[in-house]
Amino acid sequence: MTKAAWIRLALLAAAIGGLEGACRAGWLPRTAIIPPTEMAAGGWRAVASGELNEDMAQTFSVVAIAIMVSLAGGFLVGFAIHGRPRLRRALDPFLGAYYAIPHFAFYPLLIVLFGLGPGPLIALAVMFGVVAMIVATMNGLDRVPRVLGKTAQVMRLTGTDELWRVRLPAALPHLFAGVKLAIAYSFIGVIAGEFILSTKGIGHAIAFAYDNFDARSMYGLILFVLLLVASVNLTLHTVEQRLIQRRSR
Amino acid sequence: MADGASALAAAERQDRLEAWGGVALTVLSLAALWQGLHYLAGDSAIASLPATLRETWHLLSGPRYWPHFRETMSAFLWALLIAVTGGVGIGVALGGHRLSGEVAEPVLVALYSIPKVTLYPVVLLFFGIGLNAKIAFGALHGVIPVAIFAMNAVRNVNPTWLRTAATMNLGPLQTARHILVPATIPEIFSGLRIGLSLTLLGVMIGELFASQRGIGHLLMTSIEVHDVRRIMAVVLIVSVLAVTLNALMLAIDRRLHRRV
Amino acid sequence: MDVHASLRGVTRIYPARAGRPPLHALGPLDLDLRRGEFLSVVGPSGCGKSTLLDVVAGLALPSAGTVTFEGQPVLGRVPEGIGVVFQEDASFPWLTVEDNVAFGLRRAGTDPAEVRRRVDYALGFMGLADFARAYPAQLSGGMRQRVCIARTLVLRPRLILLDEPFGALDQQTRLLMGDELLRLWRETGATVMLITHALDEANLLSDRIGVMSARPGVWIETVQTGWPRDRDSTLAARPNFGAVSARLWASIRGESIKALGQAREGAGR
Repeated sequence: MTKAAWIRLALLAAAIGGLEGACRAGWLPRTAIIPPTEMAAGGWRAVASGELNEDMAQTFSVVAIAIMVSLAGGFLVGFAIHGRPRLRRALDPFLGAYYAIPHFAFYPLLIVLFGLGPGPLIALAVMFGVVAMIVATMNGLDRVPRVLGKTAQVMRLTGTDELWRVRLPAALPHLFAGVKLAIAYSFIGVIAGEFILSTKGIGHAIAFAYDNFDARSMYGLILFVLLLVASVNLTLHTVEQRLIQRRSR
Repeated sequence: MADGASALAAAERQDRLEAWGGVALTVLSLAALWQGLHYLAGDSAIASLPATLRETWHLLSGPRYWPHFRETMSAFLWALLIAVTGGVGIGVALGGHRLSGEVAEPVLVALYSIPKVTLYPVVLLFFGIGLNAKIAFGALHGVIPVAIFAMNAVRNVNPTWLRTAATMNLGPLQTARHILVPATIPEIFSGLRIGLSLTLLGVMIGELFASQRGIGHLLMTSIEVHDVRRIMAVVLIVSVLAVTLNALMLAIDRRLHRRV
Repeated sequence: MDVHASLRGVTRIYPARAGRPPLHALGPLDLDLRRGEFLSVVGPSGCGKSTLLDVVAGLALPSAGTVTFEGQPVLGRVPEGIGVVFQEDASFPWLTVEDNVAFGLRRAGTDPAEVRRRVDYALGFMGLADFARAYPAQLSGGMRQRVCIARTLVLRPRLILLDEPFGALDQQTRLLMGDELLRLWRETGATVMLITHALDEANLLSDRIGVMSARPGVWIETVQTGWPRDRDSTLAARPNFGAVSARLWASIRGESIKALGQAREGAGR
């Protein structure tokens, strides 16, 4: 591990320890926050008890589907827009403002379009995740050196061959930024959707615990979700770094 | 070269015309998509465009709903102020000190990607119900992207420029004023643009729960009573606001980046 | 005279775009490339040399005029039999050296045994045999450019176009790469057109040198070097070598001054 990583670990441990101490000493109101050890215990209990198995199954399957749709759709749409500079210029202000639009307001519409059940949640998460992938795909393709496109032409590759054999691998390290965001946003979309609107899933379980003043379960589940998303992200970050390192000149 | 200059002016005019045409076409396509969805899904899912416009006018024309907009705007501006000063401060500090930046970057990226809505109960427990919670929640959304962009902006300052400043015997203040600020402004501004959208979203999510005022509250009550027309009107108002602000920032952004 | 590729009245005008007026980049110009010759094109920066190469290769269409290769018109697609090496590093960073070299053959569906044979030969020829399993990022700039040349070589092009291929390399590496290029030219019998801004390099490598004006580029003159086919960089020691370089500079100097004052409008098009 690098020096920075050790310092980071030490700081993180100190922050958690400090929070633990402050809570135990009674400096922070118990109604607002509980010690991290109790959060961890609460999270472990909630997850291990099996009561949340159904919620977790729902959340994870919805997230998984949303991620796949966001990644594939985002790449294809981003690729299509990238080839049309005028369209792209017209869309730019809308894409930039996209994440300020409160998407959950479309939930009633999504229920009518996709029925009850996980359909509307998937759609909500895809609405959230796909645009990050579209934007990242366009930025990634921007960074593919023009000379590689010319090389593909000299090799007389067809359109699809050029996309799969040259453009996609060339843009891959840059696409990772979009993959990370699309995955994070799919999680955010699903959990936020459950939090606000659903009657099932981990997001709902957090809101339910909050409404019932069950601080242990609430913090435990929050911790669980944050750790999960952070570790998925960290894994992707490691893969990304390795890819970039192999190519850096 | 009068000919060349007029040709350039003509090309620029043409270019601007095309840009506006593109935007107009996009707006028209979105309107068409909206109406199409209306016909497909019906009144109970998505109000028609004319009905939504009427409702929008109803919301904006009388003073009855103004307090909601005022509340959201003031929360948004406070949150933005905190996000920008905090984000730029953190980013510049981390960008200027290599090791601190290395330590903090993965943490910032991880914080950026977590579903912050789950932290809302925590914010509420600390700040109570009301304006402060919304401001905190908005700032929480906006501060990290601003910090990440500012950090990278400072990191990417060309070291040759700093060496040039040193050869001219510029002091630290002069170096900051004449080298660092102009070199980092375009990139920091890009961060502000993204931070602004997220701050607005954060404030509105904050208003969804346990708030008695604001656009988010208006939206939540409309969802609860299933007033589709009002839902769409609120979404339209927010979207127009967000797109306009963003387009403005994007235009400035482009101008700033053109020089670099 | 055996004409391999020819240009007649070729002109290239970039249309107005994104706030820029139209730009007359090249021509009109005529050119007959003789089969098996080594022709260099020199000219001041921004004179349309690279545009000329793109037009010959079929990477860009001329705004007016015609291009033919082996008697067939070139119409916006790169014909079979033409290979191009660019100035920028065009090696694929996600493939090993040998996979890079084999790339074009595999896409063309060549038999695997034949791919193996040709790749091994090209790697040996370019001195890359020890680096077959390395990734481009592990190689120096000169070695990466060799990968690109080997990748072109295995496709057995009859016309090789080179766009400032050694532009990013240091002077000594350039000289060595030039020798290898001459060896390749002799052994394959291909026709070579080299775009360069380096007058000595053009002098050293070429049978014939076309000198272009500042933008829009047209021919100023054509210089025959008269060097033997069997030559290398030691040629620079010959007494009349300097005379050829001096003559090139005399005819291009005024144009270079003109080009210096032109805006960088061609950049990025």
